[in-house]
Order: sequence, then C-alpha cells, then structure tokens
Amino acid sequence: MLLAHKLALASPHITGDMVEVSEFPHLAAKYRVYGVPRTVINEVIQIEGAVPENALVTELMKVEDEATMARLSAELNA
Amino acid sequence: MPLLDDRVQKQVRTALAALQAPVRLVMFTQGEGGALECAFCGETRQLVEEIAKLSDKIAVDVRDFQGDADLARFYGIDKIPAIVMETAGAPPRDQGIRFYGIPSGYEFSTFIEDLRMVSRGSAGLGAPTQQAVAGITRPVRIQVFVTPT
Repeated sequence: MLLAHKLALASPHITGDMVEVSEFPHLAAKYRVYGVPRTVINEVIQIEGAVPENALVTELMKVEDEATMARLSAELNA
Repeated sequence: MPLLDDRVQKQVRTALAALQAPVRLVMFTQGEGGALECAFCGETRQLVEEIAKLSDKIAVDVRDFQGDADLARFYGIDKIPAIVMETAGAPPRDQGIRFYGIPSGYEFSTFIEDLRMVSRGSAGLGAPTQQAVAGITRPVRIQVFVTPT
C-alpha cells in the first residue's frame, strides 16, 4: 500500500487509494477481490498479491500504451 | 474510550516527533449519530483526531460527504469514510493520497509512515522508478484493496 502512496506523491498524475475492502463489499465483487492485497490500475490492470516496486512500475507504464489498455479492457469485459 | 492505548500513543508520538512540514488530513464523514451514518465513519474520525493530537504538525479538517459535496468532488471522493492526506499550506497541496475505510492493523503503520513521507515531501523511490514515473502524462488511479489484519 505504501508503494502506491509513494507513487502518488512522486507524480501529480497519480492517485493512490487504500480501500478497506470489508467496508465496501460491492467493490470486492466489482474488482473480484478474492485475496488481498489486490491492486487495480485505471480499472483494467489488475494484480493479485504483493507487488515489488519494479514489477508495479512495469504495470503502471502500460497506462501510456493505448493499444495495451484497450486489449486489457476487452479481455476484462469478455 | 480512546482507540489508541497509552503504549501505542507513545509509539506514534515518537514516530511523528521528527515531522517537519505540516500535514493536513481532510476527513469525509456523514450524518454521524443519525440514520445515515456509515458503519466506520465515527471510528475513523476518532482515529484521525487521536493521531492528530500526537503531533502539532498535523491538522484535521472534518467534512460532511453530502454537505460539502463540492469539496468531495474536488478531491474525487466517491465513498466514505475517506481521508485525504496532503501537504498543509495556503493553499494546501493535494498529493493524491487517499484512504477509504479505517486505516487499522497493518494499514495503521502505512498511515503513520505516510504522514512522515508527506511531511518530508519525498517518496524515497529508487532512481529507475522516479525516472519511469516522470514519464506518466495520463491520469492514473491505483486502487489497493486491503483487509484489516
């Protein structure tokens, strides 16, 4: 969780939300949270479990790639 | 009845002793004590206020999710309880740090560590990460789902 907030502090474009999922059960269903932590970036990049810094940054950079984001979105809605 | 016992208060006071720049917490709650109360709003507000009492560098601004709907919109708050942690000042500087739900258990440590980080104004990320993040030009929302453990 700390990492998402570090990234938020480091960039004016990034917001980092801690979501205590037991208080928001509808989000647990929406984002298919079966285990924690679960990280969701711009709705479509979804990562299960703890993520090391370099791995999260790799995922994060996908937001700049429109084709990849469109593909992930299509996969999610399939 | 305080949420933080004497021992924890002492630990937090020590952890926050080195705060430099002031930090502002904007907490969104709703209709406490009334029919509209959200389950953890009262407890979350109490926790935030107890933490703020342990350092003169922390200011708390409690707002009503419905009554202050414009401010909630400004911060992009879409559920409560919510806490915005930002750099205090005139004007304060939103750093994009949000807590939805009560930061307890492991996330309590995150909250305290975040206070130190925001006060310091530096995330302490590695150079490759800083470089990558500088290339972000689009709005990004990272949601991390956690449970109280």
